[in-house]
Amino acid sequence: MKMLKNLVGWVDDRFPLLDTWKEHLSEYYAPKNFNFWYFFGSLALLVLVIQILSGIFLTMSYKPDALFAFASVEYIMRDVQWGWLLRYVHSTGASMFFVVVYLHMFRGMMYGSYRKPRELLWIIGVVIYLALMAEAFMGYLLPWGQMSFWGAQVIVNLFSSVPFVGPDLSVLIRGDYVISDATLNRFFALHVIAVPLVLAGLVFAHLIALHAVGSNNPDGVEIKKHKDANGRPLDGIPFHPYYTVKDIVGVVGFLIVFCAIVFFAPDLGGYFLEANNFVPANPMQTPAHIAPVWYFTPYYAILRAVPPMFGSQFPGVIAMGVGAIAIVFLPWLDRGKVKSIRYRGPIYKGFLASFVISFIGLGYLGLLPATPTYTLIAQVLSVVYFAFFILMPWYTKIDKCKHEPDRVTFK
Amino acid sequence: MRGFVDMKVTKKLWMLVLLMAMPAMAIASGASFHLDRAPGNLNDKASLQRGAQFFAANCLACHSAAYMRYNRLMDIGMKEEDIRKMLPEGSKLGSTMKAMMDSESAKAAFSVAPPDLSVIARSRGTDWLYTYLRSFYVDTARPNAVNNLLFPLVAMPNVLGGMQGEQVLQIEKKEGHEAQMLKLTTPGSMSTAEFDATVADLVNYLDFMGEPAKLVRYKLGYIVLGFLFLLLILSYALKKEFWKDIH
Repeated sequence: MKMLKNLVGWVDDRFPLLDTWKEHLSEYYAPKNFNFWYFFGSLALLVLVIQILSGIFLTMSYKPDALFAFASVEYIMRDVQWGWLLRYVHSTGASMFFVVVYLHMFRGMMYGSYRKPRELLWIIGVVIYLALMAEAFMGYLLPWGQMSFWGAQVIVNLFSSVPFVGPDLSVLIRGDYVISDATLNRFFALHVIAVPLVLAGLVFAHLIALHAVGSNNPDGVEIKKHKDANGRPLDGIPFHPYYTVKDIVGVVGFLIVFCAIVFFAPDLGGYFLEANNFVPANPMQTPAHIAPVWYFTPYYAILRAVPPMFGSQFPGVIAMGVGAIAIVFLPWLDRGKVKSIRYRGPIYKGFLASFVISFIGLGYLGLLPATPTYTLIAQVLSVVYFAFFILMPWYTKIDKCKHEPDRVTFK
Repeated sequence: MRGFVDMKVTKKLWMLVLLMAMPAMAIASGASFHLDRAPGNLNDKASLQRGAQFFAANCLACHSAAYMRYNRLMDIGMKEEDIRKMLPEGSKLGSTMKAMMDSESAKAAFSVAPPDLSVIARSRGTDWLYTYLRSFYVDTARPNAVNNLLFPLVAMPNVLGGMQGEQVLQIEKKEGHEAQMLKLTTPGSMSTAEFDATVADLVNYLDFMGEPAKLVRYKLGYIVLGFLFLLLILSYALKKEFWKDIH
């Protein structure tokens, strides 16, 4: 014990070890009224670690070569010790990352966590989400199955609809005129080093920004307004040990769901691993139905809902892109007097509910083939989706908010 | 408590979304062909072994299983000397299962190369395979005089026809609907029940071959979940203990 103390002292003289510990854990004051929704931030960090660790070991046996990629994945599934477990952890982790991140984002929307002074924290979060989409998209090509190949083909082709530079842009992305070995190699490089590095940096910035402004809470009131004689927020509790022990409960609960999928249903009925992706990529044979993985389908449905204009698919691509980044504008669209849904009026609640329905509905439609009826439903839902953002300055202003409490409510 | 109320709101939303999605799901499922359920059981080692023997004797003539090694048959309880008896010339215990016919001549004979079957149970599903293998019928318009109800215009000849016998397509009118039925006209070397059981064993084996880890995955899963549930109780007790002093 004494030796440990000496060691800590030695390090602390040369590096702000104790100060860092205090600032970010033992003396970082978080509101005491966090609820269920506040588990998903720490869980997102957990999944990031799971993905990086399982990914490192997969990289040791995977071959980024159009001739060997599919076979090397089967080699991992059969001949590598615990390879099947690593692969399922990584594939389940990819989908669960989006489950956790979507719930984390929805939490922020419900409790107004994007409002002043947390705008930059929110923006960094949106950029993390975009980086995550790029990471998932490029990772999905690597197993080199039919869905990997044709999914990538469809998405990269979208870039060719950009006016003037489109065709050159898509060739630049692919490194070829079609998805090929060159594409697989560059996607592998981006998937295993470039994007993860960006993600790690952004997550670090996200945490630093969070700890500078402090956490919001389900009541949406600032705990820093009421401090004791020592300058500690009256409604705040040290993150460590209170939230570390609480988050452990969340982690174990999450791992139960995670492991249930990994061990009992890694395909999850074709939503996490698609049946057609167990057929090796074949550029000569287009599958009858191409759908992206579930976490992209809301935007895919928006893309298909927009009819081609002037003979170009570009307006749909724009709608899809705007749809994906629209949430970044929330801090400036929301004119509500209160932050939390608890004290909002019925109009806001109605719009938020319709937003959730449109997002899930679009996600479901994006999995199905586009028939005229489905396209019509997707068009209606797309309008609902964008109305949530476009009309926000108006409906948040006229909405009748309830009186916000001065202090957080607890128990 | 407030968190709980928020949860209730989200639950209601979910229900609404599900209700909205239901008609769509009905349309989506209506279009698919009715598949017979494959009576597979991966715990039935005898069935898996019969399926493996049948696979080696009947399928490997044209198809390969390029990711499946012969020694993996030990996973389903086969003895090394029995596996050695199955090995084609030039193959070792650790070799993968190659087709007897090379891919080029197979392509010349059938106009398409027979697909590799390593993960066929994962891409097609066991019910599909079980139905497909029992749905061949006589069709003189086709080059090799057979067609398949599930996979129309399939290039594969009816390899198992000698066992099953010959089936013909009959169209029955029932309550205004046209139903396509297969009827056995010439019996094969097996009775229908025997043939169905043989195909069931084969499909059971294909399921195993598609993912050999399945044999350990479920068993391990129960242990892992059991451990996590204990850990959940412990971690919850720890949380309760720490949070006693927060009011």
